[in-house]
Amino acid sequence: MSNRKRNQHLLWRSGFGPGMQQIQSLDQIHSVDLWKGILQNAGGEPKKIVVAENRLQNLFEGIEGEDAMRQFQKENKAAIAEQVKLMRQSSREDLKKLNHLWLDEMVHSPAQLREKVSFFWHGHFACRVFSAHQQQELLHVIRTHALGNFGELLRAVSKSPAMLAFLNNQQNRKKSPNENFAREVMELFTLGRGHYTEWDVKEAARAFTGWSYDSRSGFVFKQQTHDDGVKKFMGRTGRFTGDDIINILLEQKQTARFITEKIFRFFVHENADPKITAILADEFFKSGYEMKVLLHSIFSSDWFYDNRYMGNRIKSPVEFMAGIRRFVPIQLDNPNSSLVFQQVLGQVLFLPPNVAGWPGGKSWIDSSSLMVRLQLPRIWASKEDFRLQMKGDDDVDMGRSPEEMQAARRAKNFITRAGAADWNWEPVWKNYEDVSRERLYEEIAAHLLQTKSAPGKQVVEPFVDKSSREHYISSTIVQLMSTPEYQVC
Amino acid sequence: MLIKRRTFLQTGSLATASLLVPKFMKAFEPQQGLVPPGNKTLVVIQFSGGNDGLNTVVPITNDLYFSNRPRIHIPATQAHKLTTDAGLHPALTIAKELYDNGELAIMNSVGYPNPDRSHFRSMDIWHSASESNEYFTTGWLGRYLDEQCKNCTTPTQALEVDDVLSLVLKGEQNKGLALRDPKGLYGVSSGNYFKSLHHAHVHEEETVDYLYKTMSETISSAEYIYRQSQLHPSAAQYPSTKTGKSLKTIASLILSDINTRVYYVSLGSFDTHVNQENQQTKLFTELNDALSVFVKDLKQNRRFNDVMIMTFSEFGRRVKQNASNGTDHGTANNMFFISGGLKKKGILNPLPDLQDLNAGDLKHQVDFKTVYATMLRKWLNADDAAILKKKFQVHDFI
Repeated sequence: MSNRKRNQHLLWRSGFGPGMQQIQSLDQIHSVDLWKGILQNAGGEPKKIVVAENRLQNLFEGIEGEDAMRQFQKENKAAIAEQVKLMRQSSREDLKKLNHLWLDEMVHSPAQLREKVSFFWHGHFACRVFSAHQQQELLHVIRTHALGNFGELLRAVSKSPAMLAFLNNQQNRKKSPNENFAREVMELFTLGRGHYTEWDVKEAARAFTGWSYDSRSGFVFKQQTHDDGVKKFMGRTGRFTGDDIINILLEQKQTARFITEKIFRFFVHENADPKITAILADEFFKSGYEMKVLLHSIFSSDWFYDNRYMGNRIKSPVEFMAGIRRFVPIQLDNPNSSLVFQQVLGQVLFLPPNVAGWPGGKSWIDSSSLMVRLQLPRIWASKEDFRLQMKGDDDVDMGRSPEEMQAARRAKNFITRAGAADWNWEPVWKNYEDVSRERLYEEIAAHLLQTKSAPGKQVVEPFVDKSSREHYISSTIVQLMSTPEYQVC
Repeated sequence: MLIKRRTFLQTGSLATASLLVPKFMKAFEPQQGLVPPGNKTLVVIQFSGGNDGLNTVVPITNDLYFSNRPRIHIPATQAHKLTTDAGLHPALTIAKELYDNGELAIMNSVGYPNPDRSHFRSMDIWHSASESNEYFTTGWLGRYLDEQCKNCTTPTQALEVDDVLSLVLKGEQNKGLALRDPKGLYGVSSGNYFKSLHHAHVHEEETVDYLYKTMSETISSAEYIYRQSQLHPSAAQYPSTKTGKSLKTIASLILSDINTRVYYVSLGSFDTHVNQENQQTKLFTELNDALSVFVKDLKQNRRFNDVMIMTFSEFGRRVKQNASNGTDHGTANNMFFISGGLKKKGILNPLPDLQDLNAGDLKHQVDFKTVYATMLRKWLNADDAAILKKKFQVHDFI
């Protein structure tokens, strides 16, 4: 296996694939050094992606104390309602912006590792709420802690208004507990199914009572709805609070195992190797859940480059589209086109299918999604007309009048030319300047495909434009991106 | 810079492809012959967005219905009267006709325990046939394919007339095929390229092989379906609406010798929070006009006894109307079953009890999974317990 292929493997798995400006260096650099660079680039605080302001926070600015607050709220009901309405109205557009801006980060950010790991957490902590502001705050929490300590990330996510709203903890009160939040924290965030009892769920739900948020300050603990009685949880007894429950969950080694296995399945291979993950989980647990320890063990290991782990992971729709855009700088004519393809291909950022996130793997592929994937590079490259009818999302459309909805559907349902994109080919051509015409095909194929075998030159060339060297390069890239091989990395 | 497609993508057209089907493609064509007479077909019509069941099957003598809906009720005089107590939405004339002929059965109060009021999640539950606290990544009809199709040579056993395949038709091993127009998307501009790739592909890696298999099956199935749909193109005049076109495609295929057992089509959005009346009437009119032709078409071709049309929605709507002359998300709902082969007809169970509500919503009396079990066991002759992962009681209307 070539050094370059190893490096591309690392770049695809720890980020969103090789960028055009990196391609040249990948023959020479050793993967250990490449990994060091990746880690280095991911250091530092992420710049917050801001699309929505908290209008209520602005309105309440300068009001001190609960009484004054109550008084203000009483006297300004109409103004508050107006701000809430405005936030709701702009939320749909704001969520689209958040989607585009984050996707841009995945394409352009040098901190590829941070964005990729954040993307993993985005599916792990799946959250379907329609407040753009709440989603924006949750994304920032995730991007801030993505490479830090899992315990801190878990705590911050669990206390985010987005997650508390999504998992109904607002309704979890001492007098009428709602178990949704407690159950998902254990089933999806920490232990996994089968490692807790229904009793544990009940008792944890009691401990989480009072965890709430207000639109002013985010997380609040409401003492009056909290059940401060004695709980029995995972063999321990005490007047546990939500924080205690999270601490106890982190003390369970099963949590380290669960997270490690999920990370392995996402970054390495669908089938977790039990021997490897046991060692990884051990280290991760001993480190006190330091993400960098776990990631370093994976990406600096020899087994990561085993044949069985290369070229067989089906890219998710977002990874697929980001990867194309990293290889060839693309300016989408209509940014909504990315959203439309996310929808058609089954992965819209900020709209996971349910609390369990996207199942991944072969579930990305069915007859229609595969054919769209195979045609997408050509659609983007050629400004080909592409008519495709979307399924509506009634959760997102909720509350719009039939007329509004119809107008919106007309606008978005049919992508005709909306798929178009301008590809900036000049830097790509320049990159291949020194490659002889005879070797061009092999060279490009080696850059794009991670599979053991690739379609031969004699197969693809009849469908390639040979009228000039430039056209040859561009159409070879587009045709190779339109192969089943390009769907995996 | 921008390069026009024609200047650098030398792709052939598939116009002549049916004459020149490469040998390897033939391998994917089904070996099964004609569909034996009596072979049953299921057509599912999904009402997306949460159809208001109470304004579909109207409780015309229930005072609570009228008092909860002062501005959006359907007056008893306008409803098509079925029984003393029940009437149909005025736009559903075909349903009234079918009812009178004994070709319609209505099941009331269908739902599931702990209902979810999010469209997406509730649809997820209906598609996957899970409990509301379970998360399945496959759909019930997809699992039917898994059960049924261990040796299938084509994925044409279940078709969704749409551009995007719904969860309902995704199984573990097998997935249905989505296509809106058999002539449509696939193969048109790039089929030759994909066929060349497939032809040259060397089987080596499981994942890539799986993608190649899906690709070639899709292209050959699309072509196969297109040719089948041309064998006996329906002569009936269908309306040119989306539903009209979809049902025309389905009719043409039912009349051909294709092996498809399940057809799936969606109509919406029924999410009538605002000015419900217009929207529901518009959608029901579209459905009614298309369905009338479809039923007549099937009858004329003597297939109506072998076809079962089933309708459902992810939830019904709140009993009480809201302030915008609409209704908000609710719970239990009714389902329609239309066929010449029904054992029991008419209204199968009592109308919903508007007195006994759960926080303003109807309580479900029938678990939708028992309806699925009935369809699987008694209509499609499949192992319902394996597909639904549990044995459910079945109904006797089939």
